[in-house]
Amino acid sequence: MAEYLVENGSSVRPERPLEPESLLEPESLLEPQGRLERLRWALRSWQLSAAMWTRAAMAYRTSFVLMLGANIMITSLDFVVVILMFQHTDRLGGWTLPELGLLYGTSAFALGMADLLVGSVDALGERIRAGTLDVMLIRPAPALSQVCAERFTLRRLGRPAQATVVLLWSVSALRVDWSWDKVLLLAALLVSGTVIFGALFVGGATLQFWWGEAKELQNSFTYGGATLLHYPPTVFAKELVAGVTFGVPLAFVNWLPLLHILGKPDPLGLPAAFQFASPLAAALSVLVAALAWRAGLRAYRGAGN
Amino acid sequence: MALIELEDVARTFTIRAKVGRLRRERREVRAVDGLSFTVEAGECVGYIGPNGAGKSTTIKMLTGILVPSAGRLRVAGVDPARERTRLARRIGVVFGQRTTLWWDLPLRDSYDLARRIYRIPDARYRANLDRCVELLELGPLLDTPVRQLSLGQRMRGDLAAALLHDPQVLYLDEPTIGLDVVSKVRVREFLREINTVAGTTVLLTTHDLTDIEQLCGRVMVIDHGRMVYDGGLDGLHATGRSERTLVVDLAGPSAPIEVPGARVVKVDGARQWLAFPAEDSAAPIVAAVAAGYPLLDLSVREPAIEDVIARMYAKVPIG
Amino acid sequence: MGSSARLYLAIARGSFRRYSTYRAATLAGVFTNTVFGFILAYTFLALWRARPGLGGYDTSQAVTYIWVSQSLLITVAVWGGGFQDDVQERFRTGDIAVDLYRPVDFLGWWLAADLGRAGFQLLARGLAPITAGAIAFHARMPHSPLTWPVFLLSVLLAVLVSFGLRYLVSLSGFWLHDSDGVRAVMLVVAMFFSGMLLPLGLFPDGLRQAAQVLPWAALIQVPTDIFLERSTGSALLAGLGFQLAWAVVLLALGRAAQLLATRKVVVQGG
Ligand SMILES: Nc1ncnc2c1ncn2[C@@H]1O[C@H](COP(=O)(O)OP(=O)(O)OP(=O)(O)O)[C@@H](O)[C@H]1O
Ligand SMILES: [Mg+2]
Repeated sequence: MAEYLVENGSSVRPERPLEPESLLEPESLLEPQGRLERLRWALRSWQLSAAMWTRAAMAYRTSFVLMLGANIMITSLDFVVVILMFQHTDRLGGWTLPELGLLYGTSAFALGMADLLVGSVDALGERIRAGTLDVMLIRPAPALSQVCAERFTLRRLGRPAQATVVLLWSVSALRVDWSWDKVLLLAALLVSGTVIFGALFVGGATLQFWWGEAKELQNSFTYGGATLLHYPPTVFAKELVAGVTFGVPLAFVNWLPLLHILGKPDPLGLPAAFQFASPLAAALSVLVAALAWRAGLRAYRGAGN
Repeated sequence: MALIELEDVARTFTIRAKVGRLRRERREVRAVDGLSFTVEAGECVGYIGPNGAGKSTTIKMLTGILVPSAGRLRVAGVDPARERTRLARRIGVVFGQRTTLWWDLPLRDSYDLARRIYRIPDARYRANLDRCVELLELGPLLDTPVRQLSLGQRMRGDLAAALLHDPQVLYLDEPTIGLDVVSKVRVREFLREINTVAGTTVLLTTHDLTDIEQLCGRVMVIDHGRMVYDGGLDGLHATGRSERTLVVDLAGPSAPIEVPGARVVKVDGARQWLAFPAEDSAAPIVAAVAAGYPLLDLSVREPAIEDVIARMYAKVPIG
Repeated sequence: MGSSARLYLAIARGSFRRYSTYRAATLAGVFTNTVFGFILAYTFLALWRARPGLGGYDTSQAVTYIWVSQSLLITVAVWGGGFQDDVQERFRTGDIAVDLYRPVDFLGWWLAADLGRAGFQLLARGLAPITAGAIAFHARMPHSPLTWPVFLLSVLLAVLVSFGLRYLVSLSGFWLHDSDGVRAVMLVVAMFFSGMLLPLGLFPDGLRQAAQVLPWAALIQVPTDIFLERSTGSALLAGLGFQLAWAVVLLALGRAAQLLATRKVVVQGG
């Protein structure tokens, strides 16, 4: 304790600690205590790592503008397809183009934000093979924060950016009476949706602890899930809709809350409470993903060598 | 209380190997098999053994990277697997095979991140960095991107990174691998300094026996995940009665060479391998071979540490 | 002559075997293709329910379109990849300059490797989605048995065209500092103009005519129409001829670019 105070207080101190034990006390002050403190430390670690990666990316003269542009174009293709479809019809599954815009905007925004924040976790298998996970595990920061921040790049802002444009357009084109509950619900669904996709990224990546090459598997849930949510639930078989309501909780990203906002009937006829349950579903997803991550770390076998 | 304590620690890996065309078989590899030892604060211990002996696996369990399958281990009073991040502040790790530095960024940036991640108080950070920079001669390298550093320079950079937060223990997994003689000497000098002057406990894995000879008062040898020797260096030399090898190329295939003081251990076409005691001179043997056989070329191989260990493994009772 | 054919065959076989070792990755990929097939097939069903016979496809053909395109996606490497990743790695390590001087022809080497890859992926990643489509959506299988060999020929030509395009992108690395950007743009163009997302016939006027003559149409649109038996008789020959023409043009361009690249390496030493 004294050592710590001297360290910060005055310049009178021994050049080096004489016995290692003397570090024990100040160290326990450094170690984040309690749940909230630990969460803050996890976020801070993510931020520190992400900042390093941003700087590292500057070492390459990859044109940021070109890649951001390409990113926006790639991620816009899905909506271009929707527009092309509406050249031939004015309703799809009973929904209009602005309504699909709302579906697309919310789903792509949530996926894009999740991808920006934690999407890098999908390369976990490569990190394991390259041995970089070992390196992360010897740092006093949560490994998950570091894996999620790995190769962080603002280039991934492309998807949420174009999703926002579509979202704004659809909100202006729709005749919706934006009462406070609907505005609140929209905000809540964007956050919950981001969290749900984030949990899917992490939970899916966890499989790579056991199945190192299975990177593509989780694409079914993340990118595949987002594609599913671009279209109205009425387009799909009831079993599929039930599957993404009670299994992988994709329906909570936008389908269920948007039913309320747009005043549409639920094809499954579920109680209205489901339409407000997105934050709960998000919390549950995070819990499951966190447990999976822990189990994965315990089963981790090292990079070999 | 000992700084590092292991009690009956084991770690198994299940691997699925292909047998035949389609069938696959599960097999258990006991990488570490009931290992117990303690290391006191301030010691410098050499940890050696043949490839695949389980050295890296032990170190990974001691850092919390791997969860042990059985047994109990504590480092600085902490269970590594349970409280990995807490332990991380008390230990420093250097993997010779990979780097903890940021590949594309100047060396300085990696240190700055360490300062934040380990929450090193400013004054302490500056003092430690200055010290490492001086001892490891890093000054001119601080602003160079890590990918542009030579292997030896990078290793020095890694050593500094592992020590900025004043760890109580420093684990080194083959820190001198691939380094030239000059770099090896410098790394060893530095390690001696931090062990004797700063009192940091050092656990060192290597295949270079010189590292051990110059640094460690104590050696632990493992094979197949079990301790086969734990004691002073002299004991290791006495136990492992080593041999050198003379490799000769004859003009053509011939029957095994017969000369006094050496025996043929291997024949491959025109090439033959002769073993003789390490302390004997090679000259009379070479002369005898040259006199009796059509000799084209020859070379002498020094005893490899694996041979010493293998010999010892046969002699020392397990445990 | 015979020995070089044997060499290329060995390269192709090695590549086939190399891809076949990534079992988990293959399974995961098949699963993902199938999931996407399900999602997109439902959206097409909805569209054709609203507009039966749209673009000249009946509903069963429209659904089958999705499953065939999902089956071909990886084989014809619409996304890029395959040998491109290897070449990129060789650029990174600098080995690429040496490669140009090997006794084996650079283009031939990578083409053989890519054909081996395509062969494996047609089997491993093509069969499952189309089977899933046949079971779950009654995807329309060719009525004439003759369609199968013609379809396979068309897939082969599609791989050649795809190779030609990717080869040019890869070689651009000799001149552009950053072929990543080119690759990203090519991905967008290829996804869109191959018909992977929507049959080209559904594109608005102008765009449709353009898309139908660009080389990307040879990747998905042409072989899928053959599978659906929409192109028969002279239309079938026209489709195959279209693919063949682009394959020849692109491979010739690739060969020319390779000569220029070699000259550049000679002058600048890599
Ligand atoms: N992730 C893993 N999966 C399967 N087996 C493993 C794994 N890691 C290590 N092993 C096995 O455990 C044994 C011990 O490996 P370890 O890396 O600890 O050896 P080592 O003593 O460090 O050897 P070296 O001198 O070659 O570095 C070996 O048989 C190795 O094949
Ligand atoms: Mg090792």
